[in-house]
Amino acid sequence: MAKNHITTTINGDEYEFLCDTEQTLLDCLRDELFMTGTKEGCASGDCGACNVMLDGQLVCSCLVLGVEADGKSVETIEGMAHGDKLHPLQQKFLELNGLQCGICTPGILIAAKALLDRNPDPTETEIRYWLAGNLCRCTGYDKVVRSVQAAAEEMRKG
Amino acid sequence: MATDLDDLTYDPNRKLKVVGTNPIKADGVDKVTGRAKFGADTYLPGTLVGKILRSPHAHAIIKSIDISEAEKIPGVKAVVTRDDFPDLKPGPMRDISVICMARDKVFYDGHQVAAVAATSEKAAKAALKVIKVEYVVLPHVIDVMDAIKPDAPILHEDLRTKGLDDAPDKPTNIIQRAEWSMGDVEKGFAEAYLIVEREFDTKPMHQGYIEPQGCMANTTEDGQIELWCCTQAHFVYRSRLAAILEMDISKIRVTVSELGGGFGGKTNFYAEPLAIVLSRKANRPVKMVLTRNEVFRATGPVAGTHSRIKIGVTKDGKFTAAECEAYFQTGPFTGSAFANAPQAIFTRYDLENVRAWGFEVACNRPKVAAFRAPCVPQIVFGVEGVVDEIARKLKMDPIELRLKNAAVEGYKTIYGDTFGPVGFVETLEAAKAHPHYSAPLGPNQGRGIGCGFWFNRGGETTASLNITPDGSVNLMLGNPDVAGSRVSISMMAAEELGISVDKVRPIIGDTSSLGYNHSTVGSRVTFSAGMAIVQSARAAIKVLCQRAAIMWDVPEDHVVFEDGYVRPASTNVGDFEPLSIADIAKKAGTTGGAIAGHAEINAKGAGPGFGVHIVDVEVDKETGGVQVVRYTVVEDAGKAIHPLQVEGQFQGGAVQGLGWALNEEYIYDENGCMENPGFLDYRVPVCSDVPMIDTVIIEVPNPRHPYGLRGVGEVPVVPTLATIANAIGDAIGTRPRSLPMSPPKVLKLIEQVAENGVDEAYVA
Repeated sequence: MAKNHITTTINGDEYEFLCDTEQTLLDCLRDELFMTGTKEGCASGDCGACNVMLDGQLVCSCLVLGVEADGKSVETIEGMAHGDKLHPLQQKFLELNGLQCGICTPGILIAAKALLDRNPDPTETEIRYWLAGNLCRCTGYDKVVRSVQAAAEEMRKG
Repeated sequence: MATDLDDLTYDPNRKLKVVGTNPIKADGVDKVTGRAKFGADTYLPGTLVGKILRSPHAHAIIKSIDISEAEKIPGVKAVVTRDDFPDLKPGPMRDISVICMARDKVFYDGHQVAAVAATSEKAAKAALKVIKVEYVVLPHVIDVMDAIKPDAPILHEDLRTKGLDDAPDKPTNIIQRAEWSMGDVEKGFAEAYLIVEREFDTKPMHQGYIEPQGCMANTTEDGQIELWCCTQAHFVYRSRLAAILEMDISKIRVTVSELGGGFGGKTNFYAEPLAIVLSRKANRPVKMVLTRNEVFRATGPVAGTHSRIKIGVTKDGKFTAAECEAYFQTGPFTGSAFANAPQAIFTRYDLENVRAWGFEVACNRPKVAAFRAPCVPQIVFGVEGVVDEIARKLKMDPIELRLKNAAVEGYKTIYGDTFGPVGFVETLEAAKAHPHYSAPLGPNQGRGIGCGFWFNRGGETTASLNITPDGSVNLMLGNPDVAGSRVSISMMAAEELGISVDKVRPIIGDTSSLGYNHSTVGSRVTFSAGMAIVQSARAAIKVLCQRAAIMWDVPEDHVVFEDGYVRPASTNVGDFEPLSIADIAKKAGTTGGAIAGHAEINAKGAGPGFGVHIVDVEVDKETGGVQVVRYTVVEDAGKAIHPLQVEGQFQGGAVQGLGWALNEEYIYDENGCMENPGFLDYRVPVCSDVPMIDTVIIEVPNPRHPYGLRGVGEVPVVPTLATIANAIGDAIGTRPRSLPMSPPKVLKLIEQVAENGVDEAYVA
C-alpha cells in the first residue's frame, strides 16, 4: 500500500513526510524526520518519555498515529528553547539537577510545561499527580518536583 | 599553596574552590533540549532494521530451525540462527553466547532464538512469523526454592554443585556454594542472652531503566566492526564480543551513546552480537532496539532470594554471633554476584563471630543482571529485620543498639580488609539527631530504621587530559556516565588546574581511544576516574612547569605551580610575571608540542560506605495499602564532590528500593511465561507515590583518595527494603518477611494480627 503524505506544523515550521498508516507519530518524528529528542520508553503510553503537544494537548506520541498529525500542530522538546534562551523549566532542571540519565527529561519537560501553561501555581500534590504518567527511574522525583516548583515561581515573576 | 604532585592521598588542609559546589553538568544542556543521543538515536544511510525471534517456552529443546521461508520475504537481507555463531567450549563465554543465541535448548520465555535484518520493520516482523522452530517442551521451574527440590526440573543435566565437601554425583540446579566465616559462631551463640532466627523471601525486580537497549552495528569487508550502543561497559562488551565471535579485540570499536539508565542492567549485551552478525551477512549497517516487552522478558532481573538469618545478643545489646544461609536465583547460568552477600550483609557491625554461606541456583528466568549493590539489599532485608526485632525485645532504641555494635576504624572484616576511617558511627548519630527521628507519628503510621554497607570499588581506569592552545581543557574518560560522573570528574580536573569548571569539557572515549576500563559499576567511577584525572592533571602540570622553565630559561626545579599559574619558586629565580595555563599553552608549539597528561591505573583504596534510613509509612488497614509518608537518607559520601548529584543518588536509590519493597513483582503463568511485561502491570514508583526524600550527607574523608571521596551509588538501595518493612511492622504489629509488601500480603498480616494479636516483639 502506498504511504500517506502528511503535512504538519512542528515547532512552528511546516514539515511534510511519508508514512505507513500504522506508523506512530513517535516513529514518524524519529525515523522519518530524525527529531530524536522525543524518546521511546515503552510504546504503550505508560512512561511518558514520548510526550509531545498535539494541537495544544499533551499526548503520548506512541499512542497517536502519524496520519493523525496531518494538518495539525506538534510541539516537541526541540522547540522548547527560544533561540539560545532556555525555557525556565529547562534552566531550573539544569540548576537543581532535576535530571540524571536524561532519557525521561524531554517528556517530563513537555508535560510540566503543559501543566504550568494551565496552572501557573500548582501545589506539590498537583505536580506529582500531573507527572504521574512520566516515569523516572533515576531521581526518585524529588529534584524533578523541585525544579518544576522553581520554574513556576520564576515564570510567575514574569 | 602548591600541591605535592606525587601525593595522591587526601589533604584535609587543602582549600577547595570547585569541589563541593554544584555547577551545571556537562551533559545537561543536551539532555534538556533533546540533542543528547541515546542508544536508539543513531542513524546511518542504508540501515537495516533488526528484529529478534524469541522463545515462547520457559524450557524446551530446539529440534530444528527452518529459516527458508523468512529468507524469501522481500526486503529481508539476512537471517541468523545458532549456526551463525561459533560453538564455544563450556565456560563463561559460552554462557554469554547462549544467552544471545540459544543453541540446544531455550532456558526462559523470551530467550533469543533467531534474528532478521530487513529494509523495513514490517518486512522484519513478517520474516519472524515464518521462521519455523520445532520445540520439545520440557518442565520448567521459576522460583528459587522450587528449583532446589529433589524432583525439580533440571536445566543442565551435566551440572554438579561446586563448593561442596562431598563431590555430588546427581544433576542439580544448585550451581555453587560459597561460604565466608570468621571467629567461632557456636561459641558466640552459646554466649548469647537472646537469639533471633528468621526466614525471609525476596522477589526479583527489574532494573527498570526507561531506555530500552538499542544498538547499531556496521561491519566492513575486511572484518572491522563499529558498534554504537547504550552500555555501562563498552570495554567489557568489546572483549566479550571478540571472544564469542572469535576475532581480534582491536577490530571492534564500541562507542557509547548517552545511557538512559542502567543501574547494573546494562553490563550485559543481548542484541549487540546479533546486530554484528546480521550486518556481516547483509553488508549493511543494522540497528536493533528492544521493545519494553523484550526488556522485561529477556533482560535483567535482580536475583530473588530465600534466606535464614540468625543473630545472638547479650542482655545489654552486644551482638555475639551472626549466621546467614541464603539461596539466590541466577537464571540459567552462573553470574549473579551472590558472593557479595556473605561478605557484605553483616559488615558494619563489629561482629567477631560470623558464618555466612550462599547457594547460586539455576532456574528458567533470564540470567540475572547486576543491580546497585548486587545481591545485598535482598539479604539485608532479613538482617535488619532481625536487628529490629532484637531492639524491640531488649526494649532498646534501634539506633542505640546499632551504635553499640557499630564497626569503627581498625575492624577486621570478614572479607579480609581492615577498616580505615569509616563513617558508620557519624551516620547513625546524624540519623538520631535528625528531626525526623523524633517527630510524632500519626494514626496507622509506623517508623522504621535500617542501615547498610557497600564496599565501594576501584579497578582499571584510564583518562586523558589535553590542554588546548587557549588553555581550556578537554578530558577523555573511559567510563560511561550513568548519572553525572562527567561533571564531578571535570570538577576535580578544574580544581587541580586552578581553572573554572566551565573551561573543562569532558567526553567519553570509544574503545579505540583509550586503554581498557572496567565497567561503570559498584560505585567505582567518580572515585577511580577522579583519581585517574587527578593523576592526568598533575602529569600535565609537570609539563606546564617544564615549558614555563623553558620560556624563562631557568632550571625546571626553579618553578612551581600554584592556583592555576606557574610562578618562580622564589624571588632568587628572577623577576617573572606568573604564567597562566593559557600563556603556556599558547607557546606550546615552540616549547615542545602539545601539553597533555594521561593515566592508566588500577585504582585502589575505595572507602567503604554506610547509610542509615528513616522511613515513616501509613498503612490503610482496610486495603493493606502502604504509603511512604516521610523518608530520610543519611549516608557517608567521604566528600561530596557535587552535593546535588550525591543527593540525587541517595534519593533515586531510596525510591528504587521503595518500588522493590512495595510493588514490583514478576507474574508468571503456568507455562512459565511472564504475564506483566509492561510498565502498566509491572508497576515502578510514579511521582505521586512518593514524598520528597530528605538527605543528609556525612563527610568522613577517605584518606586514600585525593579529594576524600567514597562511592555513593550502591549504599542508598541497601537498607531500603528492610527499613520499609521495619516501618510497616511498627505500624501493624508484625514485621513482613516476604516481598513485595503489596496490599494483599500486608492485608493478610493485618488480619493475622487482628486474630492472634501483635507479634511478641511488639508487645509493649
